[in-house]
Amino acid sequence: MAVRVQTGDFDAGAEMAGMRRGNPKIGAIASFVGVVRDLNEGADVAQMTLEHYPGMTEKALEEIVAEARTRWDIYDVLIVHRVGTLQPTDQIVLVVVASGHRGEAFQACEFLMDYLKARAPFWKKEKTPEGARWVDARKTDDAAADRWR
Amino acid sequence: MPGKPAIIAVMKPNDSRIATVEVLYFARLREVFGCEREQVELPGDVHDVAGLTAWLRNRGDAWERELAPGKPVRVAVNQDMAAADTPVGNGDEVAFFPPVTGG
Repeated sequence: MAVRVQTGDFDAGAEMAGMRRGNPKIGAIASFVGVVRDLNEGADVAQMTLEHYPGMTEKALEEIVAEARTRWDIYDVLIVHRVGTLQPTDQIVLVVVASGHRGEAFQACEFLMDYLKARAPFWKKEKTPEGARWVDARKTDDAAADRWR
Repeated sequence: MPGKPAIIAVMKPNDSRIATVEVLYFARLREVFGCEREQVELPGDVHDVAGLTAWLRNRGDAWERELAPGKPVRVAVNQDMAAADTPVGNGDEVAFFPPVTGG
């Protein structure tokens, strides 16, 4: 189980290979990669800056992972979230879940992303032709997290 | 030489040790307030998140506007999400920020 906040990019394939090699009980690995889009809320996005709350971010992510472990029989979890300045097509976030069978891996991966979006202290600021703007939180993200209650 | 002088301790009616908290601001609030973090001496009547928020609001201008009731401001105390009645006391770290938008 690991959570990382970093400015640099990540290699999902390498991370999954490392996880797989470490545990022969693993029968399924599900992963999610979030990517910077070039369009949001009707405006072209040239660049995005991600800010976070050092200390609380790691703590919040670890709590989310702990919550997933109480719900599903999962063997390993990795969350990597980037901060700093990113461009469209850049990777933002990686969630990898390993379990014995696919059901747990799929469900836990989706749960982790939904909770991360609703609870982890990250904020996005977009650069658009009309100027820079902070991204507003979406009600649909709260709804996505709520359905796991 | 006179004898030992009597020492009269000046007692205050209430224990008024100064409570200091570290207040942090993130994202849009950091920009609007022009402040990333500050040390605040809590007035004696501030004991929770609601009290601290109301006290900061009294600074007027951006503080009054951004921390107005109903504004979507989130608060964390010692890096855990907090509610209006979460206690705030000496040595605590209190952060104010907009709803999160990661992922």
